[in-house]
Amino acid sequence: MNIDRRQFFKVMAAGSAVAVGASPVQARQCKALPPDAIGILYDANLCIGCKACEHACKDANDMPVSSNGPIDQAHGVVGAWDGDDDLSGRTMNKIKAYVAEGSRTDLDDPEASFIKRACMHCIDPDCISACPVSALTKDPFTGIVSYNPDACIGCRYCQLACPFNIPKFQYDKAFPQIVKCQLCAPRIAEGEIPACCDACPTGASLFGRVEDLREEGHRRLAMQPGEREEFPLNQLGGATREAEAQSYYPHLYGEKESGGTQYLMVAGVPFDKLGMPPVGEESRARLSETLQHTLYKGMVAPGLLLSGLVYAAYQHTRDERDADHADHLEREQDDD
Amino acid sequence: MTETFRPLGGKLFTRHFQFMGVLVLIAGYFLIRRFVFGIGDVSNLSDGFPWGLWITYDVVTGTAIACGGYAMALLVYVFNRGQFHPMIRAALLTSVFGYTLAGASIIVDVGRYWQLYNVFLPQYINLNSVMLEVALCVTLYTLVLWIEFSPAILEAMKANRLLRFLRHILFFFIGVGILLPTMHQSSLGSLLLIAGYKVHDLWQTTIIPLLFLITAITMGYGIVVFESLYASVNLGRKLETPLLAKISAIIPWLLIVYLVLRIGDLFVTGNIRAIAAPGPEPFLFLAEVALFLCAIIALADKHHRTRPTILFWSSLAVVLGGALYRFDAFMIAFDPGPGWHYFPAVGEMSITLGIVAFEIMAYLFFVKKTPILAAEH
Repeated sequence: MNIDRRQFFKVMAAGSAVAVGASPVQARQCKALPPDAIGILYDANLCIGCKACEHACKDANDMPVSSNGPIDQAHGVVGAWDGDDDLSGRTMNKIKAYVAEGSRTDLDDPEASFIKRACMHCIDPDCISACPVSALTKDPFTGIVSYNPDACIGCRYCQLACPFNIPKFQYDKAFPQIVKCQLCAPRIAEGEIPACCDACPTGASLFGRVEDLREEGHRRLAMQPGEREEFPLNQLGGATREAEAQSYYPHLYGEKESGGTQYLMVAGVPFDKLGMPPVGEESRARLSETLQHTLYKGMVAPGLLLSGLVYAAYQHTRDERDADHADHLEREQDDD
Repeated sequence: MTETFRPLGGKLFTRHFQFMGVLVLIAGYFLIRRFVFGIGDVSNLSDGFPWGLWITYDVVTGTAIACGGYAMALLVYVFNRGQFHPMIRAALLTSVFGYTLAGASIIVDVGRYWQLYNVFLPQYINLNSVMLEVALCVTLYTLVLWIEFSPAILEAMKANRLLRFLRHILFFFIGVGILLPTMHQSSLGSLLLIAGYKVHDLWQTTIIPLLFLITAITMGYGIVVFESLYASVNLGRKLETPLLAKISAIIPWLLIVYLVLRIGDLFVTGNIRAIAAPGPEPFLFLAEVALFLCAIIALADKHHRTRPTILFWSSLAVVLGGALYRFDAFMIAFDPGPGWHYFPAVGEMSITLGIVAFEIMAYLFFVKKTPILAAEH
């Protein structure tokens, strides 16, 4: 029996040598931005918090506007504002307000800022890597990350994986779906722009090619506070308006975060204060896939391990098979 | 290796059994609510905590506890320790139910369960997904476990012809049955890699698959020892102490390897500094280490290992330590960001309790009605 074990280890050793030799640990390539990828640049300094984008988003996606008693009462109108507090199974786009501690909620307060939360349409999306059934896919041309409910099993691994906590799930439904911004893909297909950018009166939500938006973002970061500057409205290359530039926190959020995103942001305050999470510059998907594909490359290592295991099991069940045989001969004789 | 397995016989509907039945009925009520009104009706799961008790306990911890069959198969068939053969059926039995019910609880947990078969469809599968590997391996292993376990059922049915055929091909399934848990028990840890900062620094590491694999095997040996002692006392059988002493001798070695890797990795990555951070996480980490250290110290001594009380408590410490490791990584030390909190709801806990109760009922049914436990001489 000792020989068998030695033989088993020989097989194992040979197997691991082949596996290691055949697949040197090489990190998966970083994903590149498709050249014609489209996205949104959100400028918190231009945003006045009117929430027109929220309403437009719900209209465009056939989602009912949530009612919120206190909001309706405060404004004296019903249904003008969406009542949800945050992104949820009913909301794909949300304007939130940030106010420094102890500060007044005044728009002119340099510490106050709005922030628009929606899907970041990552260049290397963790949700897509995580989804076992390819329910989340990235369009090779536009780079839009969209969701296919016919594939989705509802495991919610995308929620766990997303560093921005974007995919939302309908916990209140018997037949739930994942809900997230899909950059108004049907509108884009018809030559229109995303509903939120279309509705934005100040150009705070700006649609365009990601590469152009990055340029535009850097142009804004370089602006001198107080100077009059041109700001495009709705989409790059369209109408513009003139406004006084405010001071920008020197960071184009989304240029590098988690491997880069197609939804970019500039603001006057640091992004961690605006509730943006501490994501690194590399997508976690890259690490996860590198590890999985190193271990399972061509199924060589598992295949070798399996043959070693089956061989060992064959050797070590010989007695059982023989005993079984003897046992049955005995039993058959008894029956006679 | 020619030992025979016999049904225990005896009364099935004991008071104990009926109590478990009540737990199952309560779980049934919440299950109906879950399928009629949605997951949110019975659970506290949220967009920040998409995975809660069901995944953490039923799937991740439950299948690790069900690694008894895997751990014993490693010992008997790879390292050729035939003397443990009498214990393999009981270990397989808990594995069969652990995995089957983990699979069943996935149907409860996933939102779009009617499309679950998509994980088998080539047009949908995503080979980059760790979840896909876990889903396929767990499904396949559950099938393999039933095949490995089927001789017990076939013997009870006296299906001798089929039994003989099965005996001759079983070695293949035994091999597959060792490969698959090696793959998915490690991948259960890899699931967390992509969650990045949401998993606390003391748990998030690139070697998490290795740590999950080692603890799963260790928990497998722990549960075999624990279950054997527990069953002996409760079913009035002779204690299998000499065998248990030998099995438990493996545990300290595995745990030492685990602790060296775990703590060494924390120092190498520098994440050990999180131990000084405020909050409960450092204490949870220390509790895990303490449980394992207790087991190492208790089981390192040869004479200690022959004492059933020490075996009982140290094997329990191993299982609890491994379970706490999983709970910490997936749930307790999981932090998706400010504003999110999670504690399982009554409905969630009832469903999990019901599943455990059902598992125990099935265990009792099978040991009493089918040849699982080795006949006592």
